[in-house]
Amino acid sequence: MVTFDNVTKSFSGHTVISDLSLEIPRGQFTVLIGPSGCGKTTSLKMINRLIEPSKGSIFVDGQNITKVSPVDLRRQIGYVIQQIGLFPNMTIEQNIEVVPRLLKWPKEKRHQRTRELLEMVGMDPKEYLGRYPSELSGGQQQRIGVLRALAVAPPLILMDEPFGALDPITRESLQDEVKKLQTSLGITVVFVTHDIDEAVKLADRIILMKDGEIVQNAPPETLLAHPANDYVREFIGKKRMKANYDVDLVREIMNPRVVTTTRDKGFAESINLMRKRNVDSLVVLDKEGRLEGVVTVENLRAVAGKQHIAQIGEVEMKSVPTISMNAQAREAFDTLITEKLPFLLVVDSKDRVKGLVSKTSLVKALAGVVWRDDEDDE
Amino acid sequence: MLELIQRAAVHLLISLSGVVLATVIGVVIGVILTRVPKLAGPVIGIVEVLQTIPSLAMLSILLVFFGLGNMTAVMAIFFYSLLPIVRNTYTGILALEPALLEAGRGMGMSSLQILFQVELPNAIPVIVSGLRISLITAYGIVTISVLVGGGGLGRYVYRGIQMADMAMLFTGAIPICLMAFLTDLLLNRLEQKLLHR
Ligand SMILES: Nc1ncnc2c1ncn2[C@@H]1O[C@H](COP(=O)(O)OP(=O)(O)O)[C@@H](O)[C@H]1O
Ligand SMILES: [Mg+2]
Repeated sequence: MVTFDNVTKSFSGHTVISDLSLEIPRGQFTVLIGPSGCGKTTSLKMINRLIEPSKGSIFVDGQNITKVSPVDLRRQIGYVIQQIGLFPNMTIEQNIEVVPRLLKWPKEKRHQRTRELLEMVGMDPKEYLGRYPSELSGGQQQRIGVLRALAVAPPLILMDEPFGALDPITRESLQDEVKKLQTSLGITVVFVTHDIDEAVKLADRIILMKDGEIVQNAPPETLLAHPANDYVREFIGKKRMKANYDVDLVREIMNPRVVTTTRDKGFAESINLMRKRNVDSLVVLDKEGRLEGVVTVENLRAVAGKQHIAQIGEVEMKSVPTISMNAQAREAFDTLITEKLPFLLVVDSKDRVKGLVSKTSLVKALAGVVWRDDEDDE
Repeated sequence: MLELIQRAAVHLLISLSGVVLATVIGVVIGVILTRVPKLAGPVIGIVEVLQTIPSLAMLSILLVFFGLGNMTAVMAIFFYSLLPIVRNTYTGILALEPALLEAGRGMGMSSLQILFQVELPNAIPVIVSGLRISLITAYGIVTISVLVGGGGLGRYVYRGIQMADMAMLFTGAIPICLMAFLTDLLLNRLEQKLLHR
């Protein structure tokens, strides 16, 4: 949809984009990401000729954009900016209809489209058409900013940190809306952000930039699983990498603080330990730290008062499945879920207990990642 | 009474003529200055100097060119009104959020469309504020333009002073004050309304 062909951009001798070649696929959500000043905005603005390259060419839909007048080009490309930029002198209706008016759409068609757009994002046209931007919240304003860009149904939309100034909750819901619109309308979106969470959530492809060059260009799953280098790794952060359980190992997601005991520990002492650590089972280990079994509250209750027990080793133990700490996290979760187990014990190569994986680990691993419907694509 | 209304109408008409002329030319100058910022300093400087000329001196100078009569008053008003209108147009446009211009450009507006659909409409409240100042100043200038053969309510004031006729003086002065007051009120309202916020 958009092709950068050896594009270089310098501002008064200072090179900001150096020899950038890039293919942005049609119908996909492409996110340009990188630290401030790395040239994201410059790259984006070269697509609609708000900035002209110093060298190289850019093609939109196969056509060299210098062959189209900037004004005509821009009317065919949606543009959303962080500062929103709604015109305060125009009503919501007039704001949405700016490009349709520039393209001389008949009034009927314009009005119908505007109503349709507002309904698409659940804003009642009757309530909003006649209002002025200043009467709307920031989130609502940017919603209108997005609709304004969609007004003439352009096949390509450029967004420059559109949600950067919004509060987290509003941002989330606008992200969801934009992603939904992009998929359902099948449009191509080029989206600039410096927020890796936002990128992972929205992108079909992430292009990570540094000092005007591409460091890695990959689907989010690949970027997370196989960072090209330390720079990428640092940018996406350790936490984020663990979040992708598909590629993580059990050792990375397990809880290492297992409450353990040994056979020779006293009965009362063990009960006390369970109470203190607030657990309903104790993992019994031998002297080498290998698993003997698990004593649960039920096991203890069954014997309590019936016979005198001095040591915990006298209580009947349950056996619990184990998994290697170097196994794939996915395997652990599959076992947990299919066998309806409360937890799995994680062991090293010498069968020593190193941690456990429970549903809580699963939830924690998931918490950072937003599930994507198209995860099979990869 | 009929004569009073007539004179009030003439008074208003002369003021409006000068201010409208200044608005048309002043807005154009203001817009040009936003496009050629290098000119802004010198041009606003010259317009500022015009305003420092005492009104009697201004009227006398213009008298040489336009002769006795209302035209001299209209021209004096024109020169005095230029500053508030040029300056307010210029600053009104420059003060707009850059995001508005970027949005306009990014959506494919030509620079004329940006001027007429974005810059001027959003600078209008500021321009109206300049207009209000100009118009109120204009009422005073018309009043003294009676000295160079101008019409309007100044005739009552002048004759009232000459003949020490307080009633006559107030017949002119009170409507002038009223006009100034109403102009201020109405244009203030307009400004607020145009702000949309
Ligand atoms: N108009 C300009 N003139 C000079 N330097 C610029 C201009 N626009 C951007 N730059 C510089 O180019 C670099 C990249 O800017 P930008 O593309 O805005 O970065 P990003 O959007 O990734 O934060 C920065 O160092 C910035 O200072
Ligand atoms: Mg930027």
